[in-house]
Amino acid sequence: MTALRDSPEVTARRTRRARRYSTRDVVVLVIGLGIAVLVDLAVVWGPTLASVALSGTDWNGISELRWIGGDNYRDLTTEYPPFWTAVRNNVLWLGFLGLVATPFGLLCAVLLDRRLRMSRFYQSALYMPVVLSLAVVGFIAQLVYSQDYGVLNAVTGMNTDWLGDPSINIWVVMVAAAWRHVGYVMIIYLAGLKAVDPALKEAAAIDGASERQAFFRVVFPVLRPINVIVLVITVIEALRAFDIVYAINKGRNGLELLSVLVTENIVGEASRIGFGSAIAVVLLVISLGFIVTYLTQVFKEGR
Amino acid sequence: MTSTLTEPARTSPAAPPPPSRRVRPLRLLLHVFLFLVALGWLAPLALAVYASLRPYEETARLGYFSLPETLTLDYYSEAWTQAELPKYYLNTLIIVIPGVVLTLALASFTAFTIARLHLPGRWILLVVFTAGNLLPPQVLITPLYTIYTMIPLPWWMSDSLSLYDSYLGLILVHVGFQFGFCVFVLVNFMSTIPEEISEAAMVDGAGVWRRYWQLTLPLCRPALAALGTLQFTWMYNDFLWALVLMSSGDKLPVTSALNNLRGQFFTDYNLLAAGSVLVALPTLIVFQMLHKQFVAGLTLGSTKG
Repeated sequence: MTALRDSPEVTARRTRRARRYSTRDVVVLVIGLGIAVLVDLAVVWGPTLASVALSGTDWNGISELRWIGGDNYRDLTTEYPPFWTAVRNNVLWLGFLGLVATPFGLLCAVLLDRRLRMSRFYQSALYMPVVLSLAVVGFIAQLVYSQDYGVLNAVTGMNTDWLGDPSINIWVVMVAAAWRHVGYVMIIYLAGLKAVDPALKEAAAIDGASERQAFFRVVFPVLRPINVIVLVITVIEALRAFDIVYAINKGRNGLELLSVLVTENIVGEASRIGFGSAIAVVLLVISLGFIVTYLTQVFKEGR
Repeated sequence: MTSTLTEPARTSPAAPPPPSRRVRPLRLLLHVFLFLVALGWLAPLALAVYASLRPYEETARLGYFSLPETLTLDYYSEAWTQAELPKYYLNTLIIVIPGVVLTLALASFTAFTIARLHLPGRWILLVVFTAGNLLPPQVLITPLYTIYTMIPLPWWMSDSLSLYDSYLGLILVHVGFQFGFCVFVLVNFMSTIPEEISEAAMVDGAGVWRRYWQLTLPLCRPALAALGTLQFTWMYNDFLWALVLMSSGDKLPVTSALNNLRGQFFTDYNLLAAGSVLVALPTLIVFQMLHKQFVAGLTLGSTKG
């Protein structure tokens, strides 16, 4: 069928057909696609471009627009200490999700990808947190980590202020975020593993490969498209992280993240739109790098 | 991709490893490990439910990790009546239902034109839509906030007289932000439907709308169900958009309103736990009831056919 799709006579027929849309068809298309493009431009790409433009100004929402070039970026990196804390925290977040939560999700998927009794129960338990709002996860985290009444201190006998101590709070919050991320990764890998041709594993087993060898040499390489997708989801989740720290302490005192700093500069007391946009552009550049990688992969595989 | 929807029975007689005796203790170990992980995963939720059933002075004295002296549903009635949760649930529905319906309608038509009509530039359109969905919201939130405050609306559409602090504004941002993902998933799904059906209809003189509405859409029901479930959960769980684009406390959706249960100087975490449980409940119910759709929705976007 794919061969037929590319044959010249089909292409020719298609070109002829392209001119055969009735007036009504054209109206339907223009309205339907027009709304879609308009909404996308108005809500997503327009504001994104505006962020880039505003990041070169010192606008505060009321003043005249004044172009100050790269000053915001200079101030950001030299005179705004929360920026580097936030960058460090975002990198930690990414590292933790990428090196701890994601491999753990993969491990669970591999373990669950066999005929097991109670497999449904294990799966449901693992992805239960995925349906929860990160804000709710943030509130639940407070029950676990509270210094005076929290479960963690009660069980371990410690008296640590898990969420108040700026040197450790980011770690325990990342554990809470990972609680949700593991299930997400597990679902995706499990679907990927089920799609792997069982004949591959059989062939490996016949050739005398151990289960571990079969996984790392045969199955994991076949999962490459899934790996890319999981990588991108991990990166995007790490860059988007916001709700959970905001629900805990509005993202202050050790829990600064780039996303929080952007929001702070508009909903906070100081309305520094130009400055906030510069932080947004930093986020944009990092995420676009990964989005492009992802889309290249997806569209290369797809067609 | 479709395989995730139909969940194919793994038709390989040789798939389970030959039952040798050496494997049995390993299998037991596997069960122990998975069981402990599952318990660990459920524990925080169980804790939230448990905390919500106990009075504050008791947990303040004994901590959350203790045997109960009294169990009470008072916090639930307090969250329900004093914190006016029903009102916030209603706000959520006002935003989420039109949000999901409009997203799916717009996305399915766009996906249909991309997958079926061979228009020039359709792949560029798809890339732009998909990429937009992957951006962190903070990248565009500042200008969006500014634009929203500048767009006037008549009083019957928004009592704030602008797009800022209006239900319409939130619906719009959800539609714009989520529809890229839906287009991507639906294009993948539609390209697995045999094109001949649509082509035959075209030869019979069916117009674009008819081919979309009567021929393609009914075949997309599984994908639409999966996406609907997922989008409901995502829009319901939204915290950020309402935080930034709403200012009246009484118009907040329920997830963002949860923050109101926090006092200025003192927070009763047991009340907050009851609120969290109540907020989490609808998504947990949806998840239990539409488990298959939910998983299919997540995996549809990631594993393409």
